[in-house]
Amino acid sequence: MNGRKGSGARGKAGAQGGQGGKDGQRRPMFRRRKVCKFCADKIDDINYKDVKLLGPFVPERGKILPRRISGTCAMHQRKLQVAIKRARQIALIPYVTD
Amino acid sequence: MARKYELVYVVSPDATDAQVSELHTQVEQIAQRLGGSIEKTDNWGRRKLAYEIGPHKEGTYVLETIDGGGELMKEIDRRLKVSDLIIRHLIVRIDEEQAVIDRTRSRRTDTARRRRVARGLPPDRQPGEGQRSEMEDDDRFDMNEVER
Repeated sequence: MNGRKGSGARGKAGAQGGQGGKDGQRRPMFRRRKVCKFCADKIDDINYKDVKLLGPFVPERGKILPRRISGTCAMHQRKLQVAIKRARQIALIPYVTD
Repeated sequence: MARKYELVYVVSPDATDAQVSELHTQVEQIAQRLGGSIEKTDNWGRRKLAYEIGPHKEGTYVLETIDGGGELMKEIDRRLKVSDLIIRHLIVRIDEEQAVIDRTRSRRTDTARRRRVARGLPPDRQPGEGQRSEMEDDDRFDMNEVER
């Protein structure tokens, strides 16, 4: 399961590298393999009250950071999404920011 | 069949401390009347809201952990909706999620211990072992994080 997730993330990174190739600079982009923060740190409880934990997954605009960027695994992204949506309801995290 | 719920409500910043504690006793009374009990109360104090709700830019957050049935929570929900002082509230059922969390946690420690024993080590991590330092204490609600 781990290997498949990693290859998916890398595939996307490769596509971005191709874009960079337009400027004529073709170099093999080495990207660090993304790992799920929650798996790595063994965080079982993704709680909506924990703004500090959720903060990095809600960038400036206020949207939820996609999995392809953050590298979060599917299970934890699902839990994260629920937690962020709950936190938004009680105004701990913004819905949108301009 | 005992269920556990978590209730967070945001009280208007205009409310006095007395009014906030009165809301708490109101919730407690409803809980007692309908055969539930409040397990824990936590007042987070005044916090800045992530977005403006009507005229308000900040609010007093109160968290209650309540044991009780669905009917009780329905009644509390109804009462909180009616209340003028409360600008937001959220009720979440937590017992099931907590059970899952506990299960994964215990399963993990069990496997870790089994593996350590298989490697001929004592089942628990000794002090000063491994690279990762102890978790620093988390001051959970850091205002800077929210404002960003």
